[in-house]
Amino acid sequence: MTSTPHDTAIVNEVEKEAKVVLDYARDSCQAIGQTMMHLFKTVGCLSVFIFQAIIHVFLPPFFPRLIARQLIDIGYYSLPVVGMTALFTGMVLALQSYTGFTRFNAESAIAAVVALSVTRELAPVLAGLMVAGRVGASIAAEIGTMRVTEQIDALTTLSVHPFKYLIAPRVLAGTIMLPVLVLVGDIIGVFGGYLVSVYRLDFSPGSYLHQTWDILEAVDIMSGLYKAAAFGFIVAVMGCYHGYNSQRGAQGVGAATTFAVVSSSILILIFNYILTQVFFS
Amino acid sequence: MSNTPVKLKLAGVKKSFGSNKVLQGVDLSIPTGRSLVVIGGSGTGKSVMIKCVLGLITPDAGSILVDGQETISMNTKERARVMRKFGMLFQGAALFDSLRIWENIAFGLIQGRGMHRAEAHEIALDKMKDVGLGRSVAELYPAELSGGMQKRVGLARAIAANPEIIFFDEPTTGLDPITADVINELIVERVKDLGATTLSITHDMASVRKIADDVAMIWQGKIIWHGPVKDLDNTGNEYVDQFINGRAEGPITMAA
Repeated sequence: MTSTPHDTAIVNEVEKEAKVVLDYARDSCQAIGQTMMHLFKTVGCLSVFIFQAIIHVFLPPFFPRLIARQLIDIGYYSLPVVGMTALFTGMVLALQSYTGFTRFNAESAIAAVVALSVTRELAPVLAGLMVAGRVGASIAAEIGTMRVTEQIDALTTLSVHPFKYLIAPRVLAGTIMLPVLVLVGDIIGVFGGYLVSVYRLDFSPGSYLHQTWDILEAVDIMSGLYKAAAFGFIVAVMGCYHGYNSQRGAQGVGAATTFAVVSSSILILIFNYILTQVFFS
Repeated sequence: MSNTPVKLKLAGVKKSFGSNKVLQGVDLSIPTGRSLVVIGGSGTGKSVMIKCVLGLITPDAGSILVDGQETISMNTKERARVMRKFGMLFQGAALFDSLRIWENIAFGLIQGRGMHRAEAHEIALDKMKDVGLGRSVAELYPAELSGGMQKRVGLARAIAANPEIIFFDEPTTGLDPITADVINELIVERVKDLGATTLSITHDMASVRKIADDVAMIWQGKIIWHGPVKDLDNTGNEYVDQFINGRAEGPITMAA
């Protein structure tokens, strides 16, 4: 059996197609491999960074002035944004719950829904996300600028460990202050629900407060505060990590700021699920 | 010179970043009290070399001895102790934006050595006077100063703790010729006062001739010439000749 020129052309065409497919498969495998390598490298570097940060939080020397400054920067100056977020979230929650619950004649559950939603979920998550935007970006930009202008190198040459001076105070302050912010957010959020329920939906003030008090248990408040501590740690660590490893001038600092906010926001949402599973499953 | 003990010695120091071999076996020694200036084009590894000595970058191979003591394998505590011997003037001064000028100068004394703020404040004012800065500048922030004044503050910070070894990274870059000469004068005077050993890196040949006792040239990650500054014009090395005369033609070519 002899092959015709037409058969040869078909074989060549098939070989060409096969080569394209093989090249595509090889490139895809390479891209996946590189991505995985990059992922593992980043996770490894981040783990070492977190370990070092924790060690330097607990080992002397300490810098009380810097810790106090960070407590004020992260805590006090975030109060307005967290307070406003909590207030309007509580108000909207009350309104939306009323709209939905009237269909089932369950308006009386509004106080419970507002209290539980705010303390367990909304206050810690929204405060975490707001602080990630305000504080995480600021930490990454400040430390990133110090990196590209050699200020971090200068610290080392002046016998001051950058982790002790820059990272530890921010991580400590973030972990301490976010629970405080969330506690304030809990109160303001519940108050927002109270305002709408009493002055807009004509609920009895005493009855609303009584229902709120009755439904809340210590675990509702404490779980939110534990979450807040974890979120505060995440925001501070991610801000510090991306700033500390910032590269290539202004562009690098901009990228570090973006990565800090995006990565801490995503981690907050992931850890919120994990911690909810731990506390309430 | 040969009887003077060696303060700082680098032997076979190598450093690569990926496939880019920046240092390919740097050998250098600086006798106590001498001022060595390393010259070389951009990207030849001068800054990386200094950062290796300061422990900011870990070399891939080689040895770095300070007072005869190996520093590469040191732990953090030992490294911090050795770092107290060093002062450094960074290219961009690297002043801390959030601190006032006197706090920048006293930073190493207060935070690194635990000195009381009042005592460190007095020392900072003395050092400011040494570099020609008035007391009125003490309460300002770095952003309020000119480039030349920032360099003076950087110099004051570098000498604040009376270091035994001082590094100058491009001390006159970005300054006008007169300000650059003032900075060079200050460096020479202050180093003489302290009796310190210095290692400088620069492109500025006026600066080299002013502050150097010895000069070394780095090319492709290796020291290709090392000798007294008085021999700089008669090295017989075509790379050095091209560099110090600033000629485009010669063995050193710019990569495309």
